[in-house]
Amino acid sequence: MKYEAVIGLETHVELATKSKIFCACGGHSTKGEPNTRVCPACAGMPGMLPVTNKRVVELAMRAGILLNCDISRYTTFDKKSYYYPDLPCSYQITQWFHPICRNGSVEVTTKDGTRTIGIKQIHMEEDAGKLVHDDWTETTLVDFNRTSVPLIEIVSKPDFRTADEVMAYLEKLKTMFRFANISECEEGAMRCDVNISIRPEGSEELGVRTEIKNMSSLSSIRRAIQYETARHLDAVERGTETLVQETRRWDDVKGRTFSMRNKETAADYRYFPDPNLMPILIGDDWLQRVRDTMPASVEEKTAEYQSKGLSEKEIASLTSERALCDLFDAVTALGRDPKDTASWILTECGGILRKHGQVMSELQITPERLSRIMEKVSGNEINRAAGRKVLEAVLYEDADPDAYCEAHNLGAQGDADAVRQVVLKVLDATPNAVKDYLGGKKKAFQALFGGCMKELKGNGDPQVIRALLEEELSKR
Amino acid sequence: MGQFVTEIKSGGGIAVDDTIQVKGYETKAGSRILEGFRPLFSAEAVERLERAGYDIAGKSAVGEFGLDLLGEFAYGAETCDTLRGAAAELVAAGTVKGALCVDLNGTPRRAAALSGVDFLKPTYGTVSRYGVIPCACSGEQIGVAAKTAGGVRELLRVVAGHDPKDGTSLPAETYDYHDGKAAPGMRVGIVKELYGAASDEQKARVTACAERLRGMGVAVDEIALPLADAARTAWNLCLCAETCNNVSRYDGVKFGYRSPDYRNIDELYVNSRTEGLNFLTKFVILYGSDVLSKGRYFTCYDKALKVRRLVAEQVKALFKDYDALLCPACSETEYRPYDIKDAFMTVFAESLFTAVPNLTGIPAMVSGGVQFMADALRDSDLLNLAEALEGGNAS
Repeated sequence: MKYEAVIGLETHVELATKSKIFCACGGHSTKGEPNTRVCPACAGMPGMLPVTNKRVVELAMRAGILLNCDISRYTTFDKKSYYYPDLPCSYQITQWFHPICRNGSVEVTTKDGTRTIGIKQIHMEEDAGKLVHDDWTETTLVDFNRTSVPLIEIVSKPDFRTADEVMAYLEKLKTMFRFANISECEEGAMRCDVNISIRPEGSEELGVRTEIKNMSSLSSIRRAIQYETARHLDAVERGTETLVQETRRWDDVKGRTFSMRNKETAADYRYFPDPNLMPILIGDDWLQRVRDTMPASVEEKTAEYQSKGLSEKEIASLTSERALCDLFDAVTALGRDPKDTASWILTECGGILRKHGQVMSELQITPERLSRIMEKVSGNEINRAAGRKVLEAVLYEDADPDAYCEAHNLGAQGDADAVRQVVLKVLDATPNAVKDYLGGKKKAFQALFGGCMKELKGNGDPQVIRALLEEELSKR
Repeated sequence: MGQFVTEIKSGGGIAVDDTIQVKGYETKAGSRILEGFRPLFSAEAVERLERAGYDIAGKSAVGEFGLDLLGEFAYGAETCDTLRGAAAELVAAGTVKGALCVDLNGTPRRAAALSGVDFLKPTYGTVSRYGVIPCACSGEQIGVAAKTAGGVRELLRVVAGHDPKDGTSLPAETYDYHDGKAAPGMRVGIVKELYGAASDEQKARVTACAERLRGMGVAVDEIALPLADAARTAWNLCLCAETCNNVSRYDGVKFGYRSPDYRNIDELYVNSRTEGLNFLTKFVILYGSDVLSKGRYFTCYDKALKVRRLVAEQVKALFKDYDALLCPACSETEYRPYDIKDAFMTVFAESLFTAVPNLTGIPAMVSGGVQFMADALRDSDLLNLAEALEGGNAS
């Protein structure tokens, strides 16, 4: 018999907000020394009250709009109780009864085609802290930096059939959320619980379902799905074990899943509405405002860049990062040519970053500075090679383009007289090459040209040098 | 009286219940589990008092988390002959000018009625709960005790007003407690279900009060509040559920009491809580866990929320015809120490008189040993009524 896997995903995404979900401290970044991004409220001190961060609600709405969800007009926060040392109040504030978004869908494309994955709901919640185990002293320390960091949990319907689809879905969410400034989706900022069961192909019934908790790397998720599917198949086809509904943990080193708890020992979370947080009413005005301020989607940006004459490849590269689009838009808004701007960002900046072992997402340059460099090059003030030098200095020495050019005597080659002097010097210094050229050996021109470039320390404008060389040679 | 007071540093100032945080003072909410806990900040209401130039005299003792009848089960409290409530007694004795008390299940109202002082539990959301050791956040409220209605008004004006740190705080920046109706011409309804449940002495207090009100031109009738009993059950259910959740943070890890006896994290939790919490709190936790558990949520907790709405509607309807409701604040005029094993049912029985304002958020005032309730944000009407009665009794 042929079986198919039925997979559903619960995806936690850390939101890119300046402060935590119910207090003013922190921010989405959990970086920093342990317990330095924490205040009495998120540390669960008695007497502190949660106050909802409006930005979190708006980013959740944004995610819902992107995933074609119905946005709830009435949404509440609820308390979920359980004891765990990383949870300072012994309850987590989440949404259980009235999540902010429901009934969405997203299309995922794999080599086998495009399928629609249903989204059951999206809800907001606070993250827990982190436990750090010290094997040496056999102690466990708690870091509350991540406590109360805002998350959205996207609950899919069990619509996935293959690990490839899951990968495509997660990649798509990542791109969408990064692009819409919902989340930076960096390492660890996206975590998944995977529900899996198998059934004979064509059957409508669901098999025994297991849930694999808390995986953050795509490769772990893929391997866990493959392992778990195989385990279920073995159990069903060969009777290797009896499947039970349970929660399992993926061990990346051992490459297998382990049982954590089953239905009998499952926690009762005793959800109830948090009386300290008033229900949130989302009116037409607010929803419209969120729609109006949505950053353009990848599709919209692609269409815009096509109309500006950029190539498919350039568009794909620029739209891989919201920040690159923002830079491109700002530089072109300063009057620079779109094609030229794309080339400076992708080829020149990209090349320099690669040389320094960095990637495009790490690019940091103000649009004004990049524009100024481009202006100097296109205005023949400096040549492209010099422009590259300036760019590198701007990127890695925080140099100002104009000041750098002046300090390094760049731009002199724009002065034809100075270049002419160099050309004459080179012609005088290499009479053999001149003789060869005049004798018909056109290749000798390259040697003379190279000589001039060397004299100019690479700062010469090739076109100017070429023209002057030809002019002076013709006089001999 | 001494056994009721945790720390009183100066006379003439304001006493603050031990369920309200004051920076620099140990705040243990009457519980061993918070032994040694010194908060990092003061409650908003305390801050406001201090900004207005009032001295914080010290902390008045409460029973563990304020869950008992009159503070009789405070951690470390000595036994005494009659139960009164520390804050009310300090006010009655003139040791302090007034007190901030958390009204969670009527304790400060009972205490005021027994000590003959005034206490107003204002409309929910008018005084910030920031800095209150939380139990039942949906209905607990800081109120003010003082010798006279004028004293209550003076302090309430200082502590009430919007606080962005409390998400349930109402928007008004300040409240003018002088804007109430004049007492003559008001219509007052005696709540028959609550009147009928009280002792003869308490009944006599209410009857005498009604007579005096009539004498000053107030119309007094008997009215029915059929949901009074259901309101009591609903409020106790909500209170247990919310308290169970709120006290779950006391695990012996970060602050307060930690059992010296543990070998692993589970034992640390269990032993710290076993030794740190009293029988009443444990009862409340178990009851609260039960009504929130999977099979019971919709038959218990959710039903309580529905009753809450119905009671609010019934009360709202009464306030179309009446300015205030009159009833006893408790069943007896004197309470004796009793066994903690009976605490839950004792408090449950007495909360019949006090539950409606906690459940629905309406204001309730105790003055002259009786209790008045008014519609939400009509706190000033209550102050006027009390003031009129006190004026008529000027001594």
